[in-house]
Amino acid sequence: MATSITARGSDPGSATPDRPHPVPPKDERRQAWRSRLYRWDTKGSPYAFVSPFFLVFAAFGLFPLIYTGWLSLHQVSLYNVDQAKWVGLKNYTDLFTGPPSHFFWNALGNTFTLGILSTVPQLMIAIGLAHLLNYKLRGSSFFRTALLAPYATSVAAATLVFALIFSPESGMANWFLGLFGVDPVAWEAGEWTSQLAISLIVTWRWTGYNALIFLAAMQAVPGDLYEAAALDGASRWKQFLHVTVPALRPTILFTVVVSTIGATQLFGEPFLFGGQSGHQGGTAHQYETLGVFMYDQGFRNSMLGRASAVAWTMFALLLLIGLVNALIARRLRKSQ
Amino acid sequence: MTAVHPAAPVRAADQDAQAQAPRRRLRSVRKGAGRQHHAGPLTYAVLVLVALASLFPLYWTLVAASTDAHAVVSTPPPMIPGGNLFKNLSYVWHNAGGRGMGVALLNSTLVAGSVTIGTVSFSLLAGFAFAKLQFPGRGAMMGLVIATLAVPAQLSVVPLFILMKNLGQGNHLSALILPSLVTAFGVFFMRQFLVQALPSELLEAARMDGANSLRVVWHVVVPIARPAMAVLGMLTFVQSWNDFLWPIIAMNGSSNPTVQVALAGLGTGWSTDWSIIMAGALIGTLPLLLVFVLFGKHIVGGITQGAVKG
Repeated sequence: MATSITARGSDPGSATPDRPHPVPPKDERRQAWRSRLYRWDTKGSPYAFVSPFFLVFAAFGLFPLIYTGWLSLHQVSLYNVDQAKWVGLKNYTDLFTGPPSHFFWNALGNTFTLGILSTVPQLMIAIGLAHLLNYKLRGSSFFRTALLAPYATSVAAATLVFALIFSPESGMANWFLGLFGVDPVAWEAGEWTSQLAISLIVTWRWTGYNALIFLAAMQAVPGDLYEAAALDGASRWKQFLHVTVPALRPTILFTVVVSTIGATQLFGEPFLFGGQSGHQGGTAHQYETLGVFMYDQGFRNSMLGRASAVAWTMFALLLLIGLVNALIARRLRKSQ
Repeated sequence: MTAVHPAAPVRAADQDAQAQAPRRRLRSVRKGAGRQHHAGPLTYAVLVLVALASLFPLYWTLVAASTDAHAVVSTPPPMIPGGNLFKNLSYVWHNAGGRGMGVALLNSTLVAGSVTIGTVSFSLLAGFAFAKLQFPGRGAMMGLVIATLAVPAQLSVVPLFILMKNLGQGNHLSALILPSLVTAFGVFFMRQFLVQALPSELLEAARMDGANSLRVVWHVVVPIARPAMAVLGMLTFVQSWNDFLWPIIAMNGSSNPTVQVALAGLGTGWSTDWSIIMAGALIGTLPLLLVFVLFGKHIVGGITQGAVKG
């Protein structure tokens, strides 16, 4: 289809709006109208094309962003959303030093430990897997699809399956450990064990996805670099460390940023892992993240103002992480 | 057969983008040189193990969904499917989440489908404008698009909840569709693709021909962008289908839930029978898994493409 247009276009000026040769007056008027339309079209259409994005963003991105900030300075009930009472910075001071501060700092700490537990091993395994997938392989298509299957599983479905696997009495995890003589572990009740289990869900869902991203980056590394390294007598492991990893730096940075943002917002897994207990984030808040804390404050305790303050705090946290990432990225670029 | 796969990630992009073909081919030749080592037995062993770990929870969902309340929690756990699969599936299909998983499935398809159509078409238009059209304010606007990528979903749920309540859209499917009709990622993805794949001469030629902007989009941009549209469409569909936080809030207590909301209800007290819960998880997972088996190669390609360019 594209070629047909090229062919017609090669016929010079056949239908150009500002035709050079003389035309009858009646046609001339139509011509002027047409060229005006044409100018409107070229001037206006770019804005028309980008406007849907900006309209949607203004209504459902920017407006809520500012509105959340405004709400965070008010006391708002879930059941009476139109009656907001100005409280100044009280929601923030409450979070940091007031009655809910214990749970806020606890949630912040959990978000941090869960973030480390679920991203660091995940990205390292992903790089290793990408390296293996980069060999000449039989059935590489099968391996790639199998590794990506968890990505197609929703948070809800995955968390429910793992909640059953990690259930204390008769779960598969405890049965498996029992084969090696390990006593049953109360996965959900413990602080570290529950966070470990939740990190495993996150790792299970995202490792394959990140491995494929690394794989694509590895395949773009020029082969002569490896040949040169091999000629210099570098072992395969040395080649991986000194050729592959440096070439992967931008991709590593990309995945680190995306995973950190995801980890900061972790919600579905800790929300559902407790299952039937009815306590999202654990009975002793042992794996309650900032996301779950915010949901709890806003949509269970009906304090929308405080929930908004949590949301803005998370935003500030993300901006801080973004800044740190940018600084590290610049460092890396300079050292290169 | 294996020889085809190294090129799979770029294959989708190669169709239609003839102008790019020579350079791409050159790159894939060089790429081949980087992977001349054959995999050893240890590599296969590790990969098989990882593939098993990836697939086992899914297989076990199937097994658990085919047992009953007693067998699913017995020790040792069942490893082969029992005979209750269809009984459990039909129970969940008719009863879970108020009006049953069947309705939830339909709702999710409707939401994810609308979001996908909106995101792909609006991202295409905006991405095309940012990639190939000249207009005052272009750079600043593109910067704004990238900046919006950093705004987390959590930041908007409280106002969105109030907004939808005031609009009378609470508990309504449109509350899930409207906010996701176009994403910054989609615009960025399309821009990155079109900057490379769409030759400017082609646009000029169409312009010379007197085609207006919409005709240019329809007859020049869309045919070239088709592979990228397919990839963005699949990524968007998966993401929308699996979206959790906002649907949980917007559809709280709704009798007309999406799959994820119904699953959350299943998992938090609606039923204590794990075989029933797993039947729900199976129904919620199967459609996407099917899409993955059918279009897996393209999705794999799309993910890697989007990532390298992003």
